[in-house]
Amino acid sequence: MKRIALLGMPNTGKSTLFNRITGGAARVGNWPGVTVELLSGKILLSGDMVEIIDLPGIYDLHGFSEDEQVVRHFLHDNVPDLAIVVLNATQIERQLSLLLQLKQLELNMVVLLNMADEAKKFGITIDAEKMAESLDLPIFLLSAKYGTGYAPALEAVTRALCYPTPGMAEHLRAQLEQDEHIESEMTRILRHAVQTPARLSDSRTDRIDRLLLHPWLGLPIFFGIMYLLFQGIFLLGQPLQGGVNEALGWLREAAVEPLLAPLPDLLRGLLLDGVYNGIATVAAFVPIIVLFFLFMATVEDTGYLSRAAFLMDVLMARMGLDGRSFVMLLMGFGCNVPALMGTRVMRSPGLRLLSMLVIPFSLCSARLQVFVFVSAALFSPQAAPLALFSLYLVSFAAAILTALLFKGRFPNNEPFVLELPPYRFPTARQMWLRGWHEVTHFLTRASKFIVAGVVLVWLLTHLPTSAAPASADSLAGIIGGWLHPLFAPLGINEQLTIALIFGFVAKEIVIGSLAVIYGLSGDALSAALGQQLDWVQAYSFMLFTLIYTPCLSALATLRSESRRAGFTLLTLGWSLALAWLVSFTFYQGARALGI
Amino acid sequence: MSAKETVVPTMPLSALHPGDQAILAGIHTDPALHQRLLALGFRSGKVVQVIRRASFGGPLQVRIGATDILLRITEAEQITVQQQ
Repeated sequence: MKRIALLGMPNTGKSTLFNRITGGAARVGNWPGVTVELLSGKILLSGDMVEIIDLPGIYDLHGFSEDEQVVRHFLHDNVPDLAIVVLNATQIERQLSLLLQLKQLELNMVVLLNMADEAKKFGITIDAEKMAESLDLPIFLLSAKYGTGYAPALEAVTRALCYPTPGMAEHLRAQLEQDEHIESEMTRILRHAVQTPARLSDSRTDRIDRLLLHPWLGLPIFFGIMYLLFQGIFLLGQPLQGGVNEALGWLREAAVEPLLAPLPDLLRGLLLDGVYNGIATVAAFVPIIVLFFLFMATVEDTGYLSRAAFLMDVLMARMGLDGRSFVMLLMGFGCNVPALMGTRVMRSPGLRLLSMLVIPFSLCSARLQVFVFVSAALFSPQAAPLALFSLYLVSFAAAILTALLFKGRFPNNEPFVLELPPYRFPTARQMWLRGWHEVTHFLTRASKFIVAGVVLVWLLTHLPTSAAPASADSLAGIIGGWLHPLFAPLGINEQLTIALIFGFVAKEIVIGSLAVIYGLSGDALSAALGQQLDWVQAYSFMLFTLIYTPCLSALATLRSESRRAGFTLLTLGWSLALAWLVSFTFYQGARALGI
Repeated sequence: MSAKETVVPTMPLSALHPGDQAILAGIHTDPALHQRLLALGFRSGKVVQVIRRASFGGPLQVRIGATDILLRITEAEQITVQQQ
């Protein structure tokens, strides 16, 4: 099969173009010589299947960033049959250098000048024919966003694919170092074919930025936008989540239970309460994940994320983080999993790992459910919201403390130099494709993990078969008994200890497991908790729940995003230790004060 | 050793105020950042304009040609300019 590589600088709309050409049917794959996964898709071009690979956006073929090395190694070890080079027509002045660098590799090339619509607005006129003549390459103007200019470009791609694949010169690197030659050629071609007005028109972006990046109003507006974002995710997501739960519950009663009825009790229980509930837990996450990424994609594609980074950078720099880490930390209040995945925009490994270390302290929506339930049971209606608010403060404090303690271990060697793109309005199709891609990615990875975890919890509470489910004689009860000496100094009793073990899998299970353990539900459970515990014990339990690790799927995400088992263990170990210390200090301190 | 000093003195990019325009004179960063800045359009002789500075000593927003770039003051200190 012929192979086409998609190349270009960041912010050229390369990925939009890739999604448009492949229709979003992309898969993630590994390539020789390259350590990261790359997106690729197969399309039919005049009767032949062709594979298109979306290479990371790079500024410079000589560069030393991870992405630039990836591209260099990819081209070296997997010479494509054709390279499609995507350039941003509005920035043609500086993007031409990359094209000339690539041209020196003597690849089979087709050049696409994207964002032709935007260039026209800026008053930049590009004579594609003249440029093609001076470069001796086929060049086409198009707009990936609006899908114009495709037909002639794809025709040229088909034609170019008929040429034999060129061989790659071995001394690639040496050839790449002809900077001076490139510079003089750039000037020649620009003078010949491109006319740029002396001063770009005062665009809409400048006017919007004057408000959104205002020295005093910028930050309040930023927090306002973030607040609306969470409200949006919750308002829209929770009914959807409830809907999915109901639908799966109905399916269980209507189809799965009758179907499994002939099986022996133990196996049926395992499949229903273990496997089926496990899948249902994962499925309930999906609406939140979709919404989260739709909102994220909007914020990111409009260009506002770079603005948020601009506003928050100075504060985050003190903690060894940067503006982008703060945005992810806030996103973690919805769900830690996509926030961890969102750190991909960071290039420096130190910065990315430190961000991933602090994100799990964000009080996610699943933990919020536990806190709402427990604080309502133990605090007066006036005090409950205050207890809840204080937990949000603890969440921030834990993140700040962790960043300050570990910033030395994860030095952020990346200089903060970030391109600020003009505001753009993403199309619905762009957002849909993005959301869909993230969801499939999430499901394939997280599902195995959560299903396995839930099966394990079921086995722990139901074995040995002689014990009553979740009683002290069950395996979970026995483990709870072992761990009790560790949790007794925190004021956490054996029942709550078992719930914490379940909460390790997912915080959504905590209240449910307490219901199983106490054999009560709803108001009766609240009353039982209120009788058995005082507020100091309950708050200590909530502190531990907040800090001790988000859930198994967040851990799985940490593992797969960092690709480091050691780092995953560090995150787990540190959060457990911090949780224990904070709960211990609080509980013993309160008791010492006679509370 | 009697090389003539240039008539227009250079100053760091970080010293410019919002709205100021200047001509890029030199980049004195490590090679990796140098490459990156070159690719972003930082070349000596080009006109650079400071659009705004974040509060409390935060990053600068500068414009070179059609490209807007954010950079921290520490990075801007390593870039010299000549005011027009």
